[in-house]
Amino acid sequence: MTGPLDGVTVVDFSQFLAGPYAALRLLDLGARVIKVEQPDRGDLCRYHYVSDTRIDGESTLFHAINRGKESLTLDLKSPEGRARAHRLVAVADVVIQNFRPGVIDRLGLSYATASALRPGLVYGSISGYGESGDWAGLPGQDLLAQARSGVMGLSGNRGQGPVPVGLPLADIAAGACLAQGLLAGLYRQARSGIGAHVQTSLLEALIDLQFEFLSTWMNNGRVPPQRLAQGSAHGYLAAPYGVYDTAKGHLALAMTPLPALAEALDQPGLAEPLADLDAFRDREAIRALLQAVFATRSADAWERDLGARGIWCARVRDWPDMLAEGGPAVAGMLRPAGDLARVAAPLRIDGVRPEPALRGPGLNEHGAALASEFGLG
Amino acid sequence: MTSDLPLAGLRVLDFAQFLAGPAAALRLADLGAEVIKIERPDGGDLCRAMVVNEQRLDGDSLVFHTFNRGKKSVAADLKNPGDLARVRALVGTADVMIHNFRPGVMERIGLGFEAVQALNPGLVYGAVSGYGAEGPWKDKPGQDLLVQSLSGIAWLNGNDGDGPVPTGFAMLDVATAGQLVQGILACLVRRGVTGRGGLVEVDLMSAALDMTFEQFTCFLNDEAGQPRRHAQGNANPYQPAPYGVYRTADGHMALAMAPLARVAALLQAPEIAAFGQNQAFVRLDEIKAVVAGVLIREPTQHWLDILEPAGLWCAPVLDWPAFAATEGFAALDPVQVIRTESGAEARTTRCPIRIDGKLLRNPAGGPALGADTEAVLGPLPAAAPA
Repeated sequence: MTGPLDGVTVVDFSQFLAGPYAALRLLDLGARVIKVEQPDRGDLCRYHYVSDTRIDGESTLFHAINRGKESLTLDLKSPEGRARAHRLVAVADVVIQNFRPGVIDRLGLSYATASALRPGLVYGSISGYGESGDWAGLPGQDLLAQARSGVMGLSGNRGQGPVPVGLPLADIAAGACLAQGLLAGLYRQARSGIGAHVQTSLLEALIDLQFEFLSTWMNNGRVPPQRLAQGSAHGYLAAPYGVYDTAKGHLALAMTPLPALAEALDQPGLAEPLADLDAFRDREAIRALLQAVFATRSADAWERDLGARGIWCARVRDWPDMLAEGGPAVAGMLRPAGDLARVAAPLRIDGVRPEPALRGPGLNEHGAALASEFGLG
Repeated sequence: MTSDLPLAGLRVLDFAQFLAGPAAALRLADLGAEVIKIERPDGGDLCRAMVVNEQRLDGDSLVFHTFNRGKKSVAADLKNPGDLARVRALVGTADVMIHNFRPGVMERIGLGFEAVQALNPGLVYGAVSGYGAEGPWKDKPGQDLLVQSLSGIAWLNGNDGDGPVPTGFAMLDVATAGQLVQGILACLVRRGVTGRGGLVEVDLMSAALDMTFEQFTCFLNDEAGQPRRHAQGNANPYQPAPYGVYRTADGHMALAMAPLARVAALLQAPEIAAFGQNQAFVRLDEIKAVVAGVLIREPTQHWLDILEPAGLWCAPVLDWPAFAATEGFAALDPVQVIRTESGAEARTTRCPIRIDGKLLRNPAGGPALGADTEAVLGPLPAAAPA
């Protein structure tokens, strides 16, 4: 399909995940993405193996994040490489970079320089922790940003110590924020011709992800969220919110009025003790009462029967279960064919989900073609 | 808001409730758009009554103000023909509308995408659902914890042997909002070229797959099946040792990707060097146990002073009081005060995007229910009924 950003050219100097993820979102929406890489090894993500999964000797991750992009190598430290980069920037609509603060200025590709080369340019920068302050020079890595942001105190159970979110939360959130800012900039550019410098950081994105909680905490005299001893899922929500053990599997329960739950559970004996308890203050006691009931049947049975009665619940799945049972909502995002099974874009435009490319580019795969197209010499 | 913001002049109608839809509209508001909430006259957005941690502002829940600051409110009963005609007239003036009704509801009201296109061909229409419009889960509630539970995310957090560990905040609502904003803005860019609007559909399940796309791609291309969480300090089941969180003599620290030989040399721990780099996956639990045995001996700062100057990726694990007291937090200036019409104040965070070096702030609280009904609908001529 031709996406809404058809005709938009993105020149992406970033590596690893946050910046390339922003570029991937623009690509799925129809933009052309030219990935500029250092000549010797390219994006470090090409060699960043998680698990032992590789495609063509390069990490699966690299292909997942960079599918459909074009690769060009330039040595930005040499005058020739820099001159070619400048020629490329002059024809770009969007530039993305995630060097540590200050580095891009030394490479001669700062926003000021780039926007002089290409008036109206929309330019995106992602840092770890912003460009000033004690943390500006620290490595902008997902786990470390999570560690500093307080987010590790929100998941897991009381007494468990910090529990990281087990996926690259900060990278993806920051990439999404950057994509939004770049798109807003493109919209204004089309109307007024004015370019924009869009900046965000892993830490700002993590603060934004926690905005509901942080707002509560900043206004309640800084009473921290309390994780439950078991099955905790939200430190500020009342019972029965959380995860319960059952005779087989686990059941997640979302916000549910306790009287409605007692009725749906067909447990007349539960109504009386529940009536004496406060849904927030007595969360642990309520959880213990409910846990005893949930332990009597399987999570499947609870999900079926309670779901039919309008209670918001779900059996907790792992990935094989989700693939087996999820139907079109899951299958619609997956492309198992070809040499790389892929995850497609999480949105549909005019009813159509953008089709993901088969793989990422080889290092400098498009170098000669791009040099010829843009007169890079 | 100043008028040079990128979305100045754009009108957004927010028919959504709770979190994902209103958070998308909030982002558009922070970027300069005018956002008008369309709410039921009796009670409005259910989030007004969803009091978390017993905190309210001006009678509505604090979280309502957190998601809806700076917006206007129009009260309209979409089942009442008179109100609906006025809302249709308003739709005729809008650039964007957002809703998160279950699939089919807006079509029955007469505000489905096709009906609205006929009314306003340039309108960009955003729809949020839990699981898309089809499939066995389409009628399940599109609620954050439930989608985390269905999508396998609850098995990525915590340690091997723990039960499922959900992420303890509405991660998927916020992520879905971000996807919706991206799709809407891309269609607005296209509208500038073609004049036509568009339909953007997002759902929490797709956002869940996208949040995990890196790891899920490993799963799809790996015969190993469901990833196994690390025995201790798990922070990503697919990362090799030493990746994770460790206890120190006085707290916790995080250690990201690092070559084992470097870790061994810097920690002066030859027992770590006994493992080859090619064992970092297959023997990760053993290696992490050895690293943990070393790091527990000294306080966090002791280790940071050794590892950070050497370029190893590590950090102290901070809770909110510690985080909010840091220079790093202050440098971002991430807090803003919002004020309701009556003068009640609360503190919340700002938009995480900076444009041209400026922080995007909007000090208005959430609107009182229907506060702008007459101001917004009054000047409009009635539209023909659906």
